[in-house]
Formats: sequence, structure tokens, C-alpha cells
Amino acid sequence: MSEHNTTSSGESHGSVSSYIIGFVLAVILTVLSFAIVVTHSLSPSATILTLSLLAIIQVVVHLHYFLHMGGHSEHRWNNICFVFTIGFVSIVIIGTLFVMNNAAVQMMSR
Amino acid sequence: MLGKLSLSAIPIHVPILVGTFAGVAVVGLAVLGLITYFGKWGYLWKEWFTSVDHKRLAVMYIVLALVALFRGFADAIMMRSQQALAFNGSPGYLPPEHYDQIFSAHGTIMIFFLAMAFMTGLFNFIVPLQIGARDVAFPFLNNLSFWMTAVGFILVNVSLFIGEFSQCGWLAYPPLSEKQFSPGVGVDYYILALQIAGVGTLLTGVNFFVTIVKMRAPGMSWMRLPVFTWTAFCSSILIMVSFPVLTVALALLGLDRYLGMHFFTNDGGGNQMLYLNLIWAWGHPEVYILILPAFGVFSEVVPAFSGKPLFGYATMVYATCSIMILSFLVWVHHFFTMGAGPDVNAFFGIATMVISIPTGVKLFNWMFTMYKGRVQFHACMYWAVGFMVVFTIGGMTGVMLAIPGADFVLHNSLFLIAHFHNVIIGGVYFGYICGMNFWFPKVMGFKLNESWGIAAFWFWFFGFFFAFTPLYVVGFMGMTRRLNHYDNPNWYPWILVAMFGAVLVLLGIVCQLTQLYVSIRDRNLPENRDLTGDLWNGRTLEWSTSSPPPVYNFAIVPHVHELDAYMHDKEHGINTRGAGEGVQYAPIHMPRNTAAGLSAGIFAFVLGFAAIWYIWWLAVIGLVGIIATVIIRSADKDIDYYIPAEEVARTEQEYSRQLMAQAAE
Repeated sequence: MSEHNTTSSGESHGSVSSYIIGFVLAVILTVLSFAIVVTHSLSPSATILTLSLLAIIQVVVHLHYFLHMGGHSEHRWNNICFVFTIGFVSIVIIGTLFVMNNAAVQMMSR
Repeated sequence: MLGKLSLSAIPIHVPILVGTFAGVAVVGLAVLGLITYFGKWGYLWKEWFTSVDHKRLAVMYIVLALVALFRGFADAIMMRSQQALAFNGSPGYLPPEHYDQIFSAHGTIMIFFLAMAFMTGLFNFIVPLQIGARDVAFPFLNNLSFWMTAVGFILVNVSLFIGEFSQCGWLAYPPLSEKQFSPGVGVDYYILALQIAGVGTLLTGVNFFVTIVKMRAPGMSWMRLPVFTWTAFCSSILIMVSFPVLTVALALLGLDRYLGMHFFTNDGGGNQMLYLNLIWAWGHPEVYILILPAFGVFSEVVPAFSGKPLFGYATMVYATCSIMILSFLVWVHHFFTMGAGPDVNAFFGIATMVISIPTGVKLFNWMFTMYKGRVQFHACMYWAVGFMVVFTIGGMTGVMLAIPGADFVLHNSLFLIAHFHNVIIGGVYFGYICGMNFWFPKVMGFKLNESWGIAAFWFWFFGFFFAFTPLYVVGFMGMTRRLNHYDNPNWYPWILVAMFGAVLVLLGIVCQLTQLYVSIRDRNLPENRDLTGDLWNGRTLEWSTSSPPPVYNFAIVPHVHELDAYMHDKEHGINTRGAGEGVQYAPIHMPRNTAAGLSAGIFAFVLGFAAIWYIWWLAVIGLVGIIATVIIRSADKDIDYYIPAEEVARTEQEYSRQLMAQAAE
């Protein structure tokens, strides 16, 4: 901590091939979601389900290939931050669903 | 070619704006002329605009905040005088479309550009010094953050003279803020100014989070962290988790307006209530982002002027952290009237009331710190004790509003306005001004004049009560917020009292300006100089440096043995600076100045302005400029340098001599 680096250093920041794999996977997942919506190939509820699934996979791909998170990661802070992020994001998402759904039911708007 | 921009966008038919423009132009030209006359452009460029030194950036942030205070207060006193005049058939002097822009600009400026900028300024100055670091983790990003914030503020002010500002209140609720009801450029100014400033704020959050996690001096474990740094840490976390929500909400609103989508419109499956939900999922954490550092300031000031350690350090830390978490669980109390059921409203009402528990813990901690202490009533302590009174009242009206049933009556009334000014002025503003009085000698090397500071406090304190207590009363009488004119004779006398309060606050601001002027004028008087660097018998590491601190802060990074590190060292005769005869200094690695932040800022301004006016070719230039700046900056290898050991030794010896001369007196 007594060293104050201004240049980048530390753990591995990934390799060119890992970035390319991540990029290709991200593109495939994006195109797939887009195609499902544009072609109307699934029923509305199935579309929403598939999109959510693809979105979750997309998040995992980004975390693994671009943010270098993983089980082997020895960055304690990375993992703590990640858990906190998940916590806050769940509060916002679950809270929003709870609130908006309740309002919709009460107001008979949906 | 120029999109929607034409000469008719310049409001030459509004005398107030023409007058303001003339004033701004004269003052602006005078300032530019003086800078040129004294040949200070090179100095400004080298020492300030391109500086990555956290201390310089702190000063620039606070100057920005003070300019925002004048703009925001000008809006405030115009609103008060409009309401004092526009009674019983009189239209007042502000037509509705102008008045609506004023209250929207007032809220936007006060929160985003006064409070946030002031807070970032305090972070910048104090956090690295308190944790024994030589700079923040990402000095360039720090400079970039400043310019992004400044560009956001400039855009808001450009809207005064070119086009118009939003008329939809400080949070631009749809559907009013949609294209259908606000076809002008006002809401676009609002969205783009906040998005650009938001980049700066988010980067600040990341920067200080990493700084506090990674750059603490050896021995500074978490429970030895000064309370101000703790609050800065929790605020940074809140910034990182909440500002993206604001960015998304505003981006969706922007998509509605620019690309004809239907996220929040009345038709096309849109749902405006979702916007309220998102904006307050950011908005409530935001007010805690602002208030936590103010709590941190009081936690430093009260012990320093009571001559005692802070009472209940650990509970203070736990209270700060629990407020941080709870602030994320209460956002629905801003729209209890939306139509959600009793289970939702009861949950969020109770969660809101629970926040008053950790806040109460803090208040008692400060009072117990003063209890049996040797309290010196320095100007800082006036602000601190005044805060305890004003903030407690505001907190209690907040708990009242947290009861959903009561909120149904008081929602959007002036009672609410009185409540949040009660906590924001009494908490945030009093806190930041308290901090400014406390740390000013550290920043500048000379004291702020104390009698003018105390006078400013009394004007603000009584001005606050005169301006806002009447609003509680008329709120109960049913007066809603944002009224342009009214004809209820029962409200009128109270509004006049509120007007009087606003004048008292104006005098408070005049006293603060005089305080600055007098302090700068008398800066060389021996009683005003801070030669020791430890004017208040401080407890934390920032007081172990000279005032102002050298560019590298600490020649030798201090070792922390205990909470209140510097006080511990003083009591045990440890030389925190590590200075003395025959000390070998090492060269110090420092970041180099860069113009990339300013360059990205200018291109962001171009992008924002062009997008507001639909000048797409110019917007592309702005965007390409930003990307090019980032690429060029990333490829630049020459970003750091070493201060030679001899220079460090020279600076340190000079400071040691100064200290010895001071001790001999």
C-alpha cells in the first residue's frame, strides 16, 4: 500500500484470444435475442423467458471474459464487490417488480 | 445545417434574461480581461486546468459549487418574490413558462452542481490526506470527472440564453417531460446536462472507492479509518450502485423523446410510473450520498472543538453503513400516492422510519462527544450545533411524511418542500460550510475570518426558519408546490414571512462572500497565517502536513498505530512526518498533468449542445473527439514523473524550520 502506482499493474488482464472468444459469444447471444424478437418465432411468454435466459448468460459471459471474474479469482475485493452488486441489483429489480406489480393490480391497469 | 437552432431561440424579448446576460457578459469579460492583463493564462492552464493534483481539483470543485450556489439562490429568491407578488389576481412578474423553468433549474442546480460538486470537492481534498495517500487512485479520471461536471453545469447555464430549460421540475416526470407535452429543447438540456455530469459523478465514485480500498497508509485498518473517510467510502458505494439507475432512466426518457419510443408515454404501452420508480431508486440514495459526508464533517469537527475523541466511533461506523444499506430500501416513500397497495406502502413507510434510528445514534454520539468536553465555539461549531437543531426538526417531519396516510394529505404540498429543505439546508449545506470553515486553512494556508463566518451562520439559521417554517404552515393549509399564482388570502401573510426569510438567507450569503473577501485581503497578517499545519489540534493525518500540503502530501508515508492516528502520534511523541536530521528521502513517483480531461470535456460540451439542437454533424464531431481523446490518452506513455529526493528534502527542511520557528515563539 505504500507504493502508489499510476501505471497499470497487478493480476492478469486476459489475453487476446480470451477477449475474442468473449466478443464472439457476446455477439452470438445478442444476435440470437434480436432474431427471436424480430422473427416472432416463439409465443410471447416463451420469448420473454428465452430473452431473460439469454440475458443471464450474456451477463456471465461479460463477467468471465471481460471482467475476469471466476472461481479461481483470488481477488477477495472483486468477489465482495460482486456480491454487493448482486445484492443491490436484486433490491432494485425485485423491489421494482414488487412495487409496479402491486400498483398494477390495485389500479387494475394490467 | 443548424438543426432546430435559429435566432428565434435567443430570448431577446424577456427583459430579465437580457439583463442577466448583460451582467454575465460584463463580469465574464472583466474576469477574462483581468486574467489576460495579469498574464495568468499560462498559470491557470499549468497549475489548475490540466492539474491532476487532488488538492487543486478540490478547489476547482468548490469554486464551481459556489458559482452554482449563486445561480440556484437567484432562482430561489425569484420564486419567493414571485409568490409574494402574484396574489389575488396579480400575475406577478414571472409568466408561468418562465417560472416553471426557474423552479426546475433551482432544484437541478442545487442538487447536482452545488451539493454534489461541493461534496466531491471535500472528498478530493480530505480523503487522500486522511488516509496517508499521495493522490487518488486514478488522478487523470479525477480531472476528467471535474470537467464533465463543469460541462454539465455550463450546459444548464447556456439554456438561459439559448433556448429554454426544462419546465418539468427537477426530476422531469413524464408524461409532462415527453415530446407530446414538452416539444421544446428544455428537457433535452436537462437530460444531456445530467448525463454528462453523471459520467463525472460515477467516475468520482469509482475513484474514491478504489482509493480508500487500495491506498490506505500501512497500519490503517478499517476500524482505524477516520469517520469522514468512512462516510466518503459509503457515499462512493452509493454513487456506484445508484447513478447507473439514473443514467438508464434518463436514457430511456431520451429514447422516448429522440427516437419516438414508448417507455414512459401515455400511449403505446408506456408506463410513466416506472419512471418514478426508477428515478427514485436513484433519488433516495442520492440524498444519502449528500448527507453522509456532512455527517462525516461533523464527526471530525465536533471532536476537534470539544477536545475529546469522538464518542462511539464504532457505532458511528455501523450507523453509517446501515444508513447506506437502508437508503436503498425506502424509495417508494416518494410516491406513496401512486396507487400501490397497503402492503407495499407499509413496507416502505416502516423502512423509512427505521432510518431515523441510526441517524439518532449519530446525533447522540455528537452530543456525547460535546458532553463534559472543553467546547470552543469556533465558527465551525456554530454550524455544527445549528445543524443538530435544524436537522432534528427536519428528520422528525420526515418521519411524519413516512406515514403513508399522512403522506396522502401532504404529498406535493409545501410541507414536503419545507421538510426536504430542512434536511438539505440544515444537514448538507450546514455540513459542507462547516467543513469549509474547518479545512480552509489546510487548503489555503490562512484562516477564514471568524466573525463574518458566525454572522453568516446566524443569518442562515434564522433565515432558514423564517423562510421554511411558514411553508410547513401553508402546507397544512393545502398550498401545493410550484404554484405560479394563487388567491387564498390565508396563505398570503405566511408567504410574505417566507420572503423575509429568503432575504435573511441572502444576507447570509453576502456575509459568506465578505468572509472570503476579508480573509483573502488579510491573509498575510500573522494571526491569520497557519504556519504549523495543525491549527485546531487535529486528530487525523491531514493535520500532520504543512498548510497547504506539498504536492506529494507525505514525503514519507506515515505508519498508523491507532484510530485518530495523528493525535496518537502527538500523545506518544512519535514523529508522524518522519522528518529530522539525516533522513534519506526517496524520489516520489507522481502523475503528470494532462489536457485530456479538458479536451474530453470540450468535446462532451459540443456533443451535448449539438444533440440538444439536433445538429447531427456537430454531434458526430463531438463523439469522435471524445473517443479520439481517450485513445490518444491511452496510448500516451509519458504520464508520470519523479520528484527528485533533493527537492523533497528541501521542501521538508523548509517546513521543519518553519515549525521550529513557530515553536520557539
